[in-house]
Amino acid sequence: MSLRNRELANLVAVGVLTGLGFASVYIARQHVVSTGSLSYAVFFLCLYVAAHVVTRLTVPNADPYLLPIAGLLSAVGVTEIYRINPDDAFRQGLWIVIAVALFAATLVALRRDYRRLESYKYIAGLTAIFLLVLPALPGIGTTVNGARLWVEVGGYQFQPGELAKIMLIVFLAGYLREKREVLAQGRLKDFGPLLVIWGGAMLVLVETNDLGSALLYFGIFLGMLYVATGRGLFVGLGGALFLAGSAAAYKLIPHVRERVTIWLHPWTDHKVYCPQVDRLTLRQDCQSYQLVKSLYSIGNGHFGGTGLGRGTFVTVPDHGKPHELIPYLKTDFIYSAIAQELGLIGAAALLLVYMLFVARGFRIALLAQDGFSKLAAAGLTFGFALQTFIIVGGILRIIPLTGITLPFVSYGGSSVVANFVLLAGLLLISNRAARPPS
Amino acid sequence: MNAQISRLALVGLALMVALILGTTYWQAWASAGLADRQDNAIQRVAQFTVKRGLIYAGDGRTLLATNVRKQVGGQTLYFRRYPNGRLAPEVVGYSTQSRSQAGLERSYNDCLTGSNSNLSTVFHTAIDRLKGVTVTGNDLYTTIDPRAQRLANRLLAGKCAAAVALEPSTGKVYVLASSPSYDPNLVEKNFAQITRSGGACKPASPLFDRATQGLYAPGSTFKVVTASAALDTGRFTPDSTFFDPGYCVEYGQKVFNAGNPDQTGPESFGTVSLTTALQHSINAVFCKIGQALGAGPIVDYMKRYGFYSVPPLETPIDERAASGRYKGHRLDRSTSDADPGRLAFGQERLLVTPFQMAMVAAAIANHGVVMRPHVVDKILSPNRGILTRRHPEKLGRAIKPETASELTTMMEAVVTGGTGTAAQIPGIQVAGKTGTAETGIPHQYNAWFIAFAPADHPRVAVAVVVENGGFGGRTAAPIAKAIMQAILRRG
Repeated sequence: MSLRNRELANLVAVGVLTGLGFASVYIARQHVVSTGSLSYAVFFLCLYVAAHVVTRLTVPNADPYLLPIAGLLSAVGVTEIYRINPDDAFRQGLWIVIAVALFAATLVALRRDYRRLESYKYIAGLTAIFLLVLPALPGIGTTVNGARLWVEVGGYQFQPGELAKIMLIVFLAGYLREKREVLAQGRLKDFGPLLVIWGGAMLVLVETNDLGSALLYFGIFLGMLYVATGRGLFVGLGGALFLAGSAAAYKLIPHVRERVTIWLHPWTDHKVYCPQVDRLTLRQDCQSYQLVKSLYSIGNGHFGGTGLGRGTFVTVPDHGKPHELIPYLKTDFIYSAIAQELGLIGAAALLLVYMLFVARGFRIALLAQDGFSKLAAAGLTFGFALQTFIIVGGILRIIPLTGITLPFVSYGGSSVVANFVLLAGLLLISNRAARPPS
Repeated sequence: MNAQISRLALVGLALMVALILGTTYWQAWASAGLADRQDNAIQRVAQFTVKRGLIYAGDGRTLLATNVRKQVGGQTLYFRRYPNGRLAPEVVGYSTQSRSQAGLERSYNDCLTGSNSNLSTVFHTAIDRLKGVTVTGNDLYTTIDPRAQRLANRLLAGKCAAAVALEPSTGKVYVLASSPSYDPNLVEKNFAQITRSGGACKPASPLFDRATQGLYAPGSTFKVVTASAALDTGRFTPDSTFFDPGYCVEYGQKVFNAGNPDQTGPESFGTVSLTTALQHSINAVFCKIGQALGAGPIVDYMKRYGFYSVPPLETPIDERAASGRYKGHRLDRSTSDADPGRLAFGQERLLVTPFQMAMVAAAIANHGVVMRPHVVDKILSPNRGILTRRHPEKLGRAIKPETASELTTMMEAVVTGGTGTAAQIPGIQVAGKTGTAETGIPHQYNAWFIAFAPADHPRVAVAVVVENGGFGGRTAAPIAKAIMQAILRRG
């Protein structure tokens, strides 16, 4: 079977799975949802077949698994969002349409040779910095949940950090390909850029109050630096610098300190001061409320889960209206919802799908023939893996929790759009790597 | 570059593996612990599909907790209702979504939701789940006597007070009343209404169970414990004579009996027997006994009665308090700085619960043996099979049978011709002891009465405390009498 036919077959399988997912939600919640929900699956199948037609025309030799994986992940996301709130699922569906359109546009625009991006690397770098600074600007930046990651224009919110990530990777791929020999020699003056970017990451940390984003950008940078130079020492040094910076941030920024305290001791037996209500409460009722509630959600899933549509996310109304048991469920904590309804089996399967995406991404990096392509593919894939780890690891208390999105699954337009553009990038690189020599 | 890419790929894949391990930890390893957490609302809400077991009073008819069925969003859910809500909320507690759980609803949650590990329950629950049938919990039958409990609630109404009645030979709890109380139906619906409700005291704390958690100075009721030590050690007999000068010398200072509000009769009695001293609650005599015995033996007998440990009962352990000498908010186990003279008449930082004092009365009534108090009589499975039935269990012997019968005679004298005459029941011999404990505020006393009846063949033992109630013999004794009468009348 040709690569593209394989992709189509996979997409049809994803379409069937999506149909099953929506049918499960419909069966469990038919008193709230309409039969119209079943059309979501058909709609998604059509959307991805359309995306498939574009890949057939623009990148015929690209990896056949990445698009179906992205389709599966976004379908899981929309199904779960639909189960939490059907209206949000409709909006998310619209964002996926926009994302797929941008995906197609990226493929069409760069189908001949994406490597010309390399000459725009400094523009990409500056754009990344601009996007990162955006939330800090007064007037348009908004603080959500203690972290400044959002920009609000005319009632629409988006996280510029998601796109900045891709710009940063393009810049680093171009810059590192050019300077890798010089950097590998390890002369002191060549550490300049490393220090500049370390400083940048720290600035982002201070400005956004967000340890997770800083970890993400700096992690991508270190990963790519290692791929470019092969010097483990740089990674060690960089890691040490990041730790030092984080320690300083811990000392200086109360928000960061609170995050770490929540991570280490989410439950207290005695009452501690709660700034939100200005009195003493148990920490699980105050600062670590979200984390703890999300853990309860995960724990309630056990091995097999409660079943799609049968999880407990809101109180049962005896008197008054139901209220949510887990805050930020559809965005930051979508994984807790999935883990409760699908159980360990479903959650582990989802993570294996992520793992498959990561494996395919690195395979593309290995097969790519030029330095820029290798660096870009490795950077995009590692960034994808790291972002997944930072949010899910935060939810699972492996690292301190920071609110970033779960790629393809979380509710949020900027995240979906950015990840489809990332996917387009990987497909372009993969297409070139597998192209028969002309 | 490929070597580096492979290594970076390994890191990336290792991160995903870590996530799978993390998820496994929370969903397989830690999930039981998470489910048991008090603030786990998901767990409680998920249990609303379970038809919780019913809770009955001791007559097997009066419903204390039941369910209403509602169709919410296509699901059949069961909401808790308390038809006789105000009868015994201190025992039954409540089960809500927003305010967690309390009382038997909390401590017997597994049993009431059919998730206890009893083999037959596990089997039925599993079958029900497989069939898609509503899981039904097991029913609890308590030992609460609804008539006596209702009477106690009425007598305590408007006061800040508590009453406990036990069956001495079994440890059955007939009455466990605390005032001001609350309606458990309001906990979820209108919690503010509960917190707003006032009472005779400040803070009124209607959710606070004064019977098992309220710590009060026992005052003269504690003389029963001192007398236990005095008699049981063989150091004194009921006829031992003492000279009462009207005061007791403590640290070179005279502490006058006149300061003892519980004493009746003249300020100085002259030469009296131990029986007379208890009958009229003479501080000076008990002060001397305490000094003769030392604090050690008195504390020893306290422990035999169950002081210094949380009294056993089926309610959650943090809803009960231990009695004993307190330093700040902590039990003080050392006796080195205890003044035996003051200890002997129930001051000296002694804090006790009405429940513990009822246990003291019950032990004396039961020939010196302390029975394990219990409020759950039996548990029935949904198909009416008995899962567990409580059998009387001895906790230990506090005093010798002879000591118990001597004390009984002495306590009868209190009621026939001493401070506790208000507790007399026509035709039935009552044994009792009054207490009027200083609160630290001048002219404000907590009124106490502990008693059991009939003295020759006791069927009920009670303890009553009324905050700011004045003299124990006048305020608490009539309440204790009425409760005992209600229970004895059952036949």
